[in-house]
Amino acid sequence: MQAFTTLTGIAAPLPLANVDTDKIIPARFLKTIKRSGLGVHLFDTLRFDETGAERPDFVLNRDPYRQAEILIAHENFGCGSSREHAPWALLDFGIRCVIAPDFADIFYNNCFKNGILPVRLPRAMCDMLMEDARLGGNARITVDLGAQMVVRPDGSKIPFEIDSHRRDMLLQGLDEIGQTLARAGAIDAFEAARHARQPWLPEISAA
Amino acid sequence: MPRTLFDKIWDAHVVERLPDGTCVLYIDRHLVHEVTSPQAFEGLRAAGRRVRRPAATIAVVDHNVPTSDRRHGIAEPESRLQVETLERNVAEFGVPYFPLLDARQGIVHVIGPEQGISLPGMTIVCGDSHTSTHGAMGALAFGIGTSEVEHVLATQTLLQAPAKNMLVRIDGVLPAGVTAKDVALAIIGRIGTAGGTGHVIEYAGEAIRGLDMAGRLTLCNMSIEAGARAGLIAPDETTFAYIAGRPYAPRGEAFDLAVEYWRTLPSDPGAVYDRTVVLDAADIAPMVTWGTSPEAVAPITGVVPDPAQEQDEAKRAQLRRMLDYMALAPGQRLQDVAVDVVFIGSCTNGRIEDLRAAASVVRGRHVAAGVRALVVPGSGLVKQQAEAEGLDRVLQDAGFEWREAGCSMCLGMNPDKLTPGQRCASTSNRNFEGRQGPGGRTHLLSPAMAAAAAIAGRLTDVREFA
Repeated sequence: MQAFTTLTGIAAPLPLANVDTDKIIPARFLKTIKRSGLGVHLFDTLRFDETGAERPDFVLNRDPYRQAEILIAHENFGCGSSREHAPWALLDFGIRCVIAPDFADIFYNNCFKNGILPVRLPRAMCDMLMEDARLGGNARITVDLGAQMVVRPDGSKIPFEIDSHRRDMLLQGLDEIGQTLARAGAIDAFEAARHARQPWLPEISAA
Repeated sequence: MPRTLFDKIWDAHVVERLPDGTCVLYIDRHLVHEVTSPQAFEGLRAAGRRVRRPAATIAVVDHNVPTSDRRHGIAEPESRLQVETLERNVAEFGVPYFPLLDARQGIVHVIGPEQGISLPGMTIVCGDSHTSTHGAMGALAFGIGTSEVEHVLATQTLLQAPAKNMLVRIDGVLPAGVTAKDVALAIIGRIGTAGGTGHVIEYAGEAIRGLDMAGRLTLCNMSIEAGARAGLIAPDETTFAYIAGRPYAPRGEAFDLAVEYWRTLPSDPGAVYDRTVVLDAADIAPMVTWGTSPEAVAPITGVVPDPAQEQDEAKRAQLRRMLDYMALAPGQRLQDVAVDVVFIGSCTNGRIEDLRAAASVVRGRHVAAGVRALVVPGSGLVKQQAEAEGLDRVLQDAGFEWREAGCSMCLGMNPDKLTPGQRCASTSNRNFEGRQGPGGRTHLLSPAMAAAAAIAGRLTDVREFA
């Protein structure tokens, strides 16, 4: 996983609440066995009309937002399904940070597994950043994970909260599975103790 | 200190607690399907890792399989590749699997409880948000992304921060014609689609204790639509009676030992919840959604809301967008809304009890002219049971299509989907824009309400259906 330390880039304003994962990427594009290449389907129905032509009024179809690396949205971003195709599509498009008042739990989790930083900020702060983002290419926003700060184009700083475990994994781009496998001894011991306590727990076989 | 049901299951599965409170949580059951697993198995292969505990894992195909004639396999090349990829992966990694033509095949959240794979006190995960369904067994069950699927396959654990406890209590007895689906929609209408974010909801109260397992599964299924990480219902005699004799459930003395443990799981008297919501069962009516979010819901006797009444500008714009997409007018009576399609099925309402409810409404009647109605059993075994009871005849005589088990029209990634502009009364769980097919319009409701809509050709109050 690519580490996330500091990002300075163009932010796209998406002033919508409850942006669900079907909106981020509809289910018909989930028939892939790869993680890559989903950026072309990001926000498919918002971005393209029935004929596949771009909708000129959608933010990511306008310059400079085609190069956006940050997305700013309203409440409950990423609600709905568990599809990791949603962060994969964002990442493939080039978005590495989403700022919103709050996120649906599974989507929030999925971001961290893919080097995307979801930042929770109060609605008023999001609205200020939304105004900054509307200024376009000359108004770049910086997100500094180590300092836990969003820096506005005028240099003013907005602090944000994040679990230290998640922050550290993202800062270092660590392989979480490798880290957990290093605890195999503890997992073995847990399984043994559990089996002794609850020997009735059944096993599954397909036969 | 008194603990909740959630606290007890959580505590029993903590392998290790990290300094910031994040836990390495042991996972008892991992359900795998074709859509969210290919990249996880590929990750294992690339890193030279194995599946740690195949005997805690079960795989099945459900999301993109066709629900009609399967003798010639899957026609759509991308869907076929995904199914074939799963079949290669389960063979290579030794994971138990119910193939497409096996009677046990079905929607992953239907077959877990049906097979006795999902049991009280367990931690259960699946790369699907509706994993919350299994919470009805008294298990901590939640959806995960594909990276976490890979993590569980490799380690049988997940890194998780504990959730907060939320109690939703439904006092009193549900009125006639009001089902678990209506309760779920009423709760979401009350707390909103982000109302449960960061929480695990425990459902309790007289109305919940009175639900059969099918109803409890429906209710917990919809927990994710309230934003909750999971839904939970304390295991009781109804739960134990449901589990007894299921293929993968413990038997004989082992079952007795299991029940003894399961009886210790319900929340202790005096256990503290971070948030409590109380509804009176008598206030709940048959519900139907009118918008493109499950919280956009009203009693069937209600009307479409007027955006002009909304004070918040952003909310007003969103409301307008919803009504525009749904082609509904402010103040329009929900009972006057004509439907083109009726879908009865999904992990929310694809169980035998749901099909019985639908059949009892349509018996001796016929689907309205111009309406396409389909019933999709949640599993091959549900289908067999329905056929043994003659429900398939009742439904087909009434003009319903009778299908093979799968996710079908719930999510628009298999041949069953809406065409642009079509309006559907659906027993599924999400009414998002395009969810059932691009441009499709979804009204969520219970199986009995869906059956009544099919006969009437419009949304209608099943309580007055004669």
